[in-house]
Amino acid sequence: MTRTEHNAVEVRGLVKHYGDTKALDGVDLDVREGTVLGVLGPNGAGKTTLVRCLSTLIVPDAGTATVAGYDVVRHPRQLRRTIGLTGQYASVDEKLSGWENLYMIGRLLDLSRKDARRRADEMLERFSLTEAAKRAAMTYSGGMRRRLDLAASMIGQPAVLYLDEPTTGLDPRTRNEVWDEVRRMVGEGVTVLLTTQYMEEAEQLASELTVIDRGRVIANGGVDELKAKVGGRTLKVRPVDPADLPEMAAALRETGLDGIAGATVVPDEDALYVPILSDEQLTAVVGLFGARGYGIAHIGTHLPSLDEVFLAITGEKTHVSDTTPEEVTA
Amino acid sequence: MSTTTVTRAPAPTPAAPAGRTPAAEGRIGLRANLRHIGALVRRNALQIKQDPESMFDAVLMPIIFILLFVYVFGGAISGKGNNDAYVNYVAPGLMAMMGLNIAMAVGVGINDDIKKGVMDRFRTMPIARSSVLLAKIVVEVGRMMIATAILLGTGFLLGLDIKTSVLHLFAAIGLSVVFGASLMWIFILLGLTMKTAQAVQGMAMLVLMPLQFGSSIFAPPDSMPGWLKTFTDYNPLSNLADAARNLVNGGPVAESVWMTLGWAVAITVVTAPLAVAKFRKKT
Repeated sequence: MTRTEHNAVEVRGLVKHYGDTKALDGVDLDVREGTVLGVLGPNGAGKTTLVRCLSTLIVPDAGTATVAGYDVVRHPRQLRRTIGLTGQYASVDEKLSGWENLYMIGRLLDLSRKDARRRADEMLERFSLTEAAKRAAMTYSGGMRRRLDLAASMIGQPAVLYLDEPTTGLDPRTRNEVWDEVRRMVGEGVTVLLTTQYMEEAEQLASELTVIDRGRVIANGGVDELKAKVGGRTLKVRPVDPADLPEMAAALRETGLDGIAGATVVPDEDALYVPILSDEQLTAVVGLFGARGYGIAHIGTHLPSLDEVFLAITGEKTHVSDTTPEEVTA
Repeated sequence: MSTTTVTRAPAPTPAAPAGRTPAAEGRIGLRANLRHIGALVRRNALQIKQDPESMFDAVLMPIIFILLFVYVFGGAISGKGNNDAYVNYVAPGLMAMMGLNIAMAVGVGINDDIKKGVMDRFRTMPIARSSVLLAKIVVEVGRMMIATAILLGTGFLLGLDIKTSVLHLFAAIGLSVVFGASLMWIFILLGLTMKTAQAVQGMAMLVLMPLQFGSSIFAPPDSMPGWLKTFTDYNPLSNLADAARNLVNGGPVAESVWMTLGWAVAITVVTAPLAVAKFRKKT
């Protein structure tokens, strides 16, 4: 891709209040053309409000936002020609078949009957929905529905695509299917703004990340930068004898290495949590415990959860204690 | 708010066809508008095909109502054995009522649509937002025509007799449809304002019952107490029922026809822009 110096999306000081709730409280962000920006945040952080502002569904109270050079307030109609929206809310007509949904969208985008038909067939083929083309969308599985959503957004060949929590509520296999489709679209040069609650999703798809909370940006940068800040993976070790925990933590602290030296004991779980910055560190930790002869009952690594990311960035827990997607079935 | 507006280079818009300026691109022409409405009408029609039960109100209600009124009230109002005469009185009035009942369904439908995400998709597309509402009205007018045809068909079986001409009958149908379409804007506005479909339904019933029965649809207002007669005389449904009745049975029509058209225009002029504005701002 050339022209990467252009920003496809530019947001400056965007504000949207609902009564006392500051859904957006001065958000700045950029999405470079042809890249994926992940917007990470818990429920209620303002992600959906952001997407709704950028897709002209709501008018911001203050600040500016341009998409493909068009201002969301001054040129909403032109802007709508350049975007696609898929997610929790923007959806397809359940009573219509997959094909009829796509044909309708083609017609609404001013394609001729012939072109709309051709494009609907193409998109169904591409998103592996040809067999289900004639069935009502309400009979589709969760994954098929999301794929139809994506297909609907792609009919107009948008320059910028918003994916609002595209995999919330999907099982892991279906989630991977959606991820593959997103990667493919990015490969074709589409600029993507992706909102998600999952660090893993952001890491899989995005090159850059903006973390938002309570309507404010609390961190942004490259995914790797942020991971370094957050500490990448975490190793959880549960010794056979919980009494060993303090000594084990002390042993790691003595190494003085960024990362593993920050090991903390979580007494509730009788476990030790160790930030891991590299595979070498992981090997070093395991080697050290082995050499010292501590019995280990359980060991495993995981990527930081949203809570841990927030903890690392802000030093406090997210205000939303429950970040599991509970309300997202429609 | 002191945001500096950065002057931007011409926007990279690969999707925009060459040769069209951004300003022209923002405008939606009449032909495009009609095409959009057409695509959305097709959508609503396909929904009915997928869910035939949604046609029950348009298909069964006219049959049930005319049977009920002709046989339950007909004898009492026009005298025993005179049900036939009452058919000619009530059938034109029921045409007016069909419009009201079908219009009510629009509000519920719109409310339902908004809750599903598909409305968001339409609102992020480069189409006039009013086309979504206009398509709904076109489809509902179609449903109203079907209901009217069924009503009249049943009426003919029960002895309805057109005493004027077919043209007069069509004029009566046309008047009912025009008035019904104006009512739809009220219910669209309700559907956009109220939170749930049930609330829309409840509110609609509250408005409908007095309007329907406090009118000349079912019985001549002469026998009503003075205060109710005054209400009935000013009720636009009475105007419509009188106009339709006299068009079918013969009699003076000018005043009631003009009154009905006046009401239809007034209702549309006030509520349609409100509904479109509300729809545009809906968050």
